[in-house]
Amino acid sequence: MLQEEEDLSLTIAQIVQKLKGSRLYAQLERQAWVSLQKPEIKLETLKEDIKEFFRITGWEKKLHNAVYSELTVFPLPRHPAAPPEHLKEPLVYMRKAQGSWEKRILKSLNSMCTELSIPLARKRPVVEQKELLNKWNEMGTDEPDLSLFRPVYAPKDFLEVLINLRNPNYENGEHLNFKTHLGLIQVPLKVKYISELKEFFVELSLNTGQLGIDDATQVPPELFENEHVRLGQKVLAEQDSAAAQQYIRQGSPTALRAELWALILNVSNQPEDLLYYEQLKSNVIQHDLLVDSLIYKDVKLTASNDDYYFVFEDYLYQVLLCFSRDTAVLGHFAYNSASPPKSYIRGKLGMEDYAVFYPPNGVIPFHGFSMYVAPLCFLYHEPSKLYQIFREMYVRFFFRLHSISSHHSGIVSLCLLFETLLQTHLPQLFYHLREIGAQPLRISFKWMVRAFSGYLATDQLLLLWDRILGYNSLEILAAHLDFLLVILHG
Amino acid sequence: MSKPKNQCSKTHGAPKVKERDQKVCIRFKCTVLNTLMDVLRHRPGWVEVKDEGEWDFYWCDVSWLRENFDHTYMDEHVRISHFRNHYELTRKNYMVKNLKRFRKQLEREVGKLEAAKCDFFPKTFELPSDYHLFVEEFRKTPGITWIMKPVARSQGKGIFLFRKLKDIMDWRKDVGRSDDQKDDIPVENYVAQRYIENPYLIGGRKFDLRVYVLVMSYIPLRAWLYRDGFVRFSNTRFTLSSIDDHYVHLTNVAVQKTSPDYDPEKGCKWMIQRFRQYLTSKHGPEMVETLFRDMDNIFIKSLQSVQKVIISDKHCFELYGYDILIDQDLKPWLLEVNASPSLAASSQEDYQLKTCLLEDTLHIVDMEARLTGKEKRVGGFDLMWNDGPVSREEEGIDTAGTGNFVANTHLGCNNDRKKQLRQLFCSFHSQKKVTS
Repeated sequence: MLQEEEDLSLTIAQIVQKLKGSRLYAQLERQAWVSLQKPEIKLETLKEDIKEFFRITGWEKKLHNAVYSELTVFPLPRHPAAPPEHLKEPLVYMRKAQGSWEKRILKSLNSMCTELSIPLARKRPVVEQKELLNKWNEMGTDEPDLSLFRPVYAPKDFLEVLINLRNPNYENGEHLNFKTHLGLIQVPLKVKYISELKEFFVELSLNTGQLGIDDATQVPPELFENEHVRLGQKVLAEQDSAAAQQYIRQGSPTALRAELWALILNVSNQPEDLLYYEQLKSNVIQHDLLVDSLIYKDVKLTASNDDYYFVFEDYLYQVLLCFSRDTAVLGHFAYNSASPPKSYIRGKLGMEDYAVFYPPNGVIPFHGFSMYVAPLCFLYHEPSKLYQIFREMYVRFFFRLHSISSHHSGIVSLCLLFETLLQTHLPQLFYHLREIGAQPLRISFKWMVRAFSGYLATDQLLLLWDRILGYNSLEILAAHLDFLLVILHG
Repeated sequence: MSKPKNQCSKTHGAPKVKERDQKVCIRFKCTVLNTLMDVLRHRPGWVEVKDEGEWDFYWCDVSWLRENFDHTYMDEHVRISHFRNHYELTRKNYMVKNLKRFRKQLEREVGKLEAAKCDFFPKTFELPSDYHLFVEEFRKTPGITWIMKPVARSQGKGIFLFRKLKDIMDWRKDVGRSDDQKDDIPVENYVAQRYIENPYLIGGRKFDLRVYVLVMSYIPLRAWLYRDGFVRFSNTRFTLSSIDDHYVHLTNVAVQKTSPDYDPEKGCKWMIQRFRQYLTSKHGPEMVETLFRDMDNIFIKSLQSVQKVIISDKHCFELYGYDILIDQDLKPWLLEVNASPSLAASSQEDYQLKTCLLEDTLHIVDMEARLTGKEKRVGGFDLMWNDGPVSREEEGIDTAGTGNFVANTHLGCNNDRKKQLRQLFCSFHSQKKVTS
């Protein structure tokens, strides 16, 4: 009992600390001062009156949303004595594996750099800056020679690393028995059983209406769809993040989705956000990064060739180039098992004073990275809003799909969950595939790493991502795949 | 000319006996005829007839029609895929004339408001006959862009844009002498049309819509609208500054194919469902419904405008490809109507769409005489007009007075045609069992 209370006060203290530095705090303070002018605020009951004022004007709701956002994104402190690495990743062998994987990526990047004799970063001459500024809205028309660039890694390379992950304290045993895991992932992580999944995804049960199913068939709209839309409009009117997150578990109506996601991710398009985006844009204009060429190449190879996303090519550059320069993203490394690569100013190798993170946001894009942004272009058309939504999606979800960790939404757990479910439901199929050397994970891995972007029709994809937001977990990706296979096979 | 053979007599309750038909893929101008041939060959009981053999069904091309239709005797059951004078609708200069006339008629008989519903066609003048009228209009609004299109060509050939009269002076000299050609084929008659300078853009690109409308008869007017269609994107970003850049402004896939940017793998097409969802998430369902209702209006008014001039032969049906452009205010404009929309497939998805479209067309043509004639939906086709508007509601529910009329069109909506066809034909099968 006491421990819980202590934990709670610790959490509260941490959240207060975080929010104190935020824009919301300044706004609340200002609002409080302004409210003093109002006649209904009396000195004797100052605290209650101001609270009431906040409640009526909707500021309390905004605070709720901000707190909820903090709770959702940042994991609760486990133990006061735990070092910060534990927040990133508690298991040592996982940390080590992630560390060596990062070294490999960086080495690959550096060698490409040396081979092509291109600096990691350089300042653009003024003429080039002007040119880029003119072309900002149609960077897709540029056809730079990217033939010498290659993606730093592709999902299949990452899969090989995951396959070779082993817990040194765990004895797997040579002989097959009924407990043996037949799949590629051989680490003993805990994943949900089907019964736990059923409980977790209770809103997805057959008895509950779902968008994407119950509106497409002959079910009359009065039974579910109309009511669901009305409810969605109400949730938006209340501007309540937590309610929106609960609501969206049953899918979002097309017309409301953009606003709902913004509410859940607590993204609003304030003037400060626009300014921030403009600042990033000017960073792009002034400096050219090697990573930019990787981004160009990726967009040209993946999104531009997609039947539906090719139209949004220009937006992708506008988002991804700015994303690489956004140092605010570094904040997520506190709970990401990965760490941002460090680079040193020329000639000062090893001297910490001259170390910089490279790229500035610490994220090196891989083959298919731009597909995380592409589906969002269906919903958001204003570059700075699109940017914010993507950044929020990345630091909450997507980063887990390409870093090695024991988190239940991490890619390792997802792969294990997928394989376990498959082995449970279709054991004969799984065994047979294993015998002929066609492990199912080899095919499904890239789908999961991309969160199905490019592999599912957009409307289906957005419904799936609704559930990711609703349950604040990526487990739906593995479960979804498994259900698909069961249906296809059965 | 050859007379098509009579069909064999049928026995009670037995399925329709074999019918012969002639495929004319050789005469088609399309380079890839896979879709039509595949559909016809796979249709149970249909057999290809070669050369001079007798036929019951002919998917002809317009040149054959022009030369042979008048001399061909056709039995009652025979079907052919074009109306004799379809060009009243599909040739730009005739269509303009018919629409203008219809508009005047509506204004006289119903009123200005109804007539205004015909304003979906940008101001057009036939050249060289209306040259002076055109110049008058041109001078009224200086600085805007006009587009010159040949009346009879397709695939974007011969089209160019201009802003100054002197751009067309030279052209005019060349064209002036073409009038002593055959009336049927005015060789180089053009139309000058006001160019829509504010098209709706997606990803900075201009696009147009291809929608399919099947007309089974003009008198009475019976028209079906197909749920699927596609959006064709221009390969380059839209800008008014380069009028000479053919590739930007013309969205026909045929022209796009020659653009240096063109990547055949890309296809530059979206299915209309995606487009509808994109618009809905951007503008909300009400505005999108208004847009699609306005498009329904285009289809119906355009057909009504030629209803009295087209020779409505009971043997004829026609599958039209409508090209629609949407401007930034979400107003749809009619670009043109094609009597022979391309049936070549540019991608797997496209192949799917076109084979299903053709299958459903053949279901409605109904050589097998399976339909009752009361259907409002067959596969992906919804009955849009049946000598009057068709409502989504069931018969017997009086919606006329309540103002809640919802048209029976589902363009861009879910197309679960397989399921619907199964239900449709299964019920016939059981009905036949009962009656036999």
